[in-house]
Amino acid sequence: MISVLIPSQLTAYTDGATRVAAAGATVDEVLSDLDRRFPGLRFRVVDEQDRIRKHMRVFVGQEETRAVGRPLADGDELLIFGALSGG
Amino acid sequence: MTEAIQLLVGTRKGAWTLKSDAARKSWRVEGPQFLGQIINHFVVDPRDGRTLLMAASTGHLGPTILRSTDGGESWAEARRPPAFPKGGEPPRAVDHSFWLEPGHADEPGVWWVGTSPPGLFRSADGGDTWDSVAGLNEHPMFFSWFPPEAGTPDGAILNQIVVDPRDARHMYLATCSAGVLESLDQGATWRPLNKNVECSFLPDPYPEYGQDSHYLALAPTNPDRLWQQNHCGIYRLDRPGDTWERIGKQMPAEIGDIGFTVVPHPRDAESAYVFPMDGTDVWPRVSPGGRPAVYRTRDAGQSWTRQDRGFPAEQGWFTVKRQAFCGDRGQPFGLYLGTTGGEIWMSDDEGESFRQIAAHLPEIYSVTAAPL
Repeated sequence: MISVLIPSQLTAYTDGATRVAAAGATVDEVLSDLDRRFPGLRFRVVDEQDRIRKHMRVFVGQEETRAVGRPLADGDELLIFGALSGG
Repeated sequence: MTEAIQLLVGTRKGAWTLKSDAARKSWRVEGPQFLGQIINHFVVDPRDGRTLLMAASTGHLGPTILRSTDGGESWAEARRPPAFPKGGEPPRAVDHSFWLEPGHADEPGVWWVGTSPPGLFRSADGGDTWDSVAGLNEHPMFFSWFPPEAGTPDGAILNQIVVDPRDARHMYLATCSAGVLESLDQGATWRPLNKNVECSFLPDPYPEYGQDSHYLALAPTNPDRLWQQNHCGIYRLDRPGDTWERIGKQMPAEIGDIGFTVVPHPRDAESAYVFPMDGTDVWPRVSPGGRPAVYRTRDAGQSWTRQDRGFPAEQGWFTVKRQAFCGDRGQPFGLYLGTTGGEIWMSDDEGESFRQIAAHLPEIYSVTAAPL
């Protein structure tokens, strides 16, 4: 299983949970697993061309990735952040 | 005869609803809903009066459509929001939905949405799932009509969708880089409808397409009469003609005829209202001279009358965006406008006077009026 950090922008989908467990061998599979349980979540993070949206940042452990095909290993930690400044 | 009105207000930071008494004298502000979400458009379905749709996104998250089928008591997200087909060259992704249009009265459940970057999408189930309209989005001219580098400071937009109330197959689009497009087959094919509409920012000032059509309105009592507020002036077209007339030339020279929107009178096809903005030099896009005013024509644009009673007489630098000026169907006709400064103003006497009914809201993107 993958431990996923949910940012505040997405906790409306997860009933307030900031940490959830999900299954998958890639970032995309984990997001798709989350989307099955929390419908609509994936499209707000990844666009229809499978690109991580501009102001969302995804890390596997300490390493940032912009590729949803990035492989994951059991026990990895996936961290999702919303990052945008301005008023 | 008037009735209680609800104003659905979309802002840069959420949605609000204003509700009036039957006389439209007292107003109650309710909200916010979805605080922090960018609500570009907030519309009620006139066919059932209970379905509400919002075009929503946030700074971080991708776009979605929010739906209520019980008059706003409860909300859910569209199961499949508007999205371009995967692939394509260049690959396209919806940044935000901009304009929500209920389908024809004979087609309950049908909705249309226009997006940024420009795209047209259709729902047949009350806005729950959306499909790309290939007739426009895959049109051979698509990237000529909508070059990726064109558009507004907020990105290129399919500004508006208009369905002919007499014929569901007959539609118009107002766009930021192809001007007006017309379809006679419910979106399967499209052609430009821009003859004699100026395009002061291109080498050919009267091209077949390339215009920035801010807003298009059919006269409710005569849908063959089209009013257009364009980036380059106010125009009128009487179908089946195809040559627009720049009726904004009759506006006072010191005011000009630049603006975002035009509101037709619900019962008088000769009458319409505009809210001019400053389109000189660097385009401040504020009320000309800091003196906000509506201008009304009663003779199809041959002359215009200033209506500013109630507005600040000086230092009033309003901007009213594309979707933030509208009317109701009351008698007398009520007018409503929302400003980028978060104020809502209304007139209950067909523009003879205005009064502020809300202030201190976030920047207002859209105001729509419907019976409560």
